[in-house]
This record gives sequence, structure tokens and C-alpha cells, in this order.
Amino acid sequence: MARVVVDVMPKPEILDPQGKAVLGALPRLGFSGVTDVRQGKRFEVEVDGDVTDEVLASVAQMAETLLSNPVIETFDIRVEGGEGE
Amino acid sequence: MKVGVVTFPGSLDDADAQRAVRVGGHEAVGLWHGDHDLRGVDAVVLPGGFSYGDYLRCGAISRFAPVMTEVVEAARRGMPVLGICNGFQILCESHLLPGALIRNDHRKFVCRDQRLRVENSGTPWTSAYKPGAEITIVLKNGEGGYVADEPTLDRLEGEGRVVVRYVDDNPNGSLHDIAGITNDRGNVVGLMPHPEHAVEELTGSGTDGLGFFTSLAAASFA
Repeated sequence: MARVVVDVMPKPEILDPQGKAVLGALPRLGFSGVTDVRQGKRFEVEVDGDVTDEVLASVAQMAETLLSNPVIETFDIRVEGGEGE
Repeated sequence: MKVGVVTFPGSLDDADAQRAVRVGGHEAVGLWHGDHDLRGVDAVVLPGGFSYGDYLRCGAISRFAPVMTEVVEAARRGMPVLGICNGFQILCESHLLPGALIRNDHRKFVCRDQRLRVENSGTPWTSAYKPGAEITIVLKNGEGGYVADEPTLDRLEGEGRVVVRYVDDNPNGSLHDIAGITNDRGNVVGLMPHPEHAVEELTGSGTDGLGFFTSLAAASFA
């Protein structure tokens, strides 16, 4: 078992109202010096066996077709150590 | 004409859309998200609501519903398809229409009677309107901000593919005040406001939305 992590973020030029809401809340809680917050999504994709190039390619395809919308979002894929490692 | 209205898990306005289809003089045919079958309809409406709970992104999962394979194929052949609100989001996720809908810039759900200008009365869904007609129909959404990159916006504007535009006030941060657009062929139309809620005097803000459903008849005679 291995875990492939897909991070999806709104593109820089796309307005991120959720991130703005968080940014607005921080000073009220006493956190100062924060200039921007952007909110994205993290997917943890568990796969059988080793993470081969083929597996990574298929996760990239998942990210492109379903996990993200390429019109408004970018994604980033990385492999995390599986259990017992 | 036989007009199909798709029901997804979480659709809310499918019954209203079917009723609007009938008030517009057509036969309404219920279509199920899980069927690979358009039941011989001449046109399709994707109604509003929160299909699949809006999980992941609005319309992202509905796009892969079995019925959508058929809808996308029929749309590419030229069948008139109208997406209202969540239906518009599904059409964008399906790449039948360019761009995307994101959360309203003011972060609040908006529900109000909205003034619109019909910019393109050449589609099978808007031919009953005079070009430039101003209409008032209800708008109700949390994620209605239309976004697209500059080249796409330029193309939409240059080719007259903005179908309806917000007038007086932009309710959600949509670029270019865009409320609805069409594809390059002109048969697929998506908009955030709800014409199906404005087809009878008894309820709603009037009957300004009825034209979306009577236009089809004119289109079929053309």
C-alpha cells in the first residue's frame, strides 16, 4: 500500500472567497502579519502495490479529469511513504 | 417537442422545469441520471439544485453520470440543451461550455429577483425574446461567479455568445456581468438565473422566463 497525495489549489488569478474569509478572520483572533491565505484541497489516494510511473500517470489523469478543474485550479502530485516504511 | 429534464440525486428544480416545459407547450419527459437513455427527446434541460451534494465542485460528479454521456453526445450533434444554475455548472464541468462558476465574491448565498438583458436571441432557447430585451427572473445560488481566461472572454464577447447579462447590479462577481452563455454552435445554453420559476403569474416575479421554453417551438419551425 502506498499513498499518493494530490494537492489542488485555485489558480493565482482566480478569486478565492474562502481564503479571503479565513484571511479576514485571522486578525480578529489576534494573528497579525498574515498578508494572504488561499484555500485548496488535499486528496490522499491509496493505491495497491508500488507507485510506478504508470500509477503516477493514472493519478495525474484522475487529477486532471475529476479532482481538479483545469479552468480554475492547478494540481500537484507527490508520493507519501506507505504504512510500515 | 419532447423535452427531457434530467433528475440527478440532489436536483431541486426538476419538477419546476418539467412544469415550465409543459407551460411552454411541450411534452416533458423525466430523465434519470443513472440511465444511458434520452428516451427519444428533442431537447434536454439540466435543472438547478445541488446534484451529488455539490461535493468536490458543483457539477463535477454529475458530469460523469451515465445520462451525461448521452447528453454530451447529443449536444455535439446539435440537440438544444439548457442548463439552469446547477445545470450551467454541469455544462461547464462537461466542457460543453467554456469557463467555470466559482463561489460568489461576497461569499453569501443570494436569492432575489434579478434584472437581465437578453444579449443573444438567436439560440433555440432565447429566440422568443427581442434582442436587448430586459427581463426579471429569480437568481438563487452560492456559486454563481462566472470566470474564464481573457482569450475565452474575448471570444465569447466577439462571437456574441453572451446570452444574458446582469443589469443594474452584478450579484456574484461574474466577469463581464455574464449571467449566461452559449457554445459556438449556439445549441447549448447555460445560465445561473432561473427562467423556470418565472412562467406563471400566480407565483414568482412574473412570466419573463417563459420565453426560454416557448423559444423551442419557434426553433422547431425554423
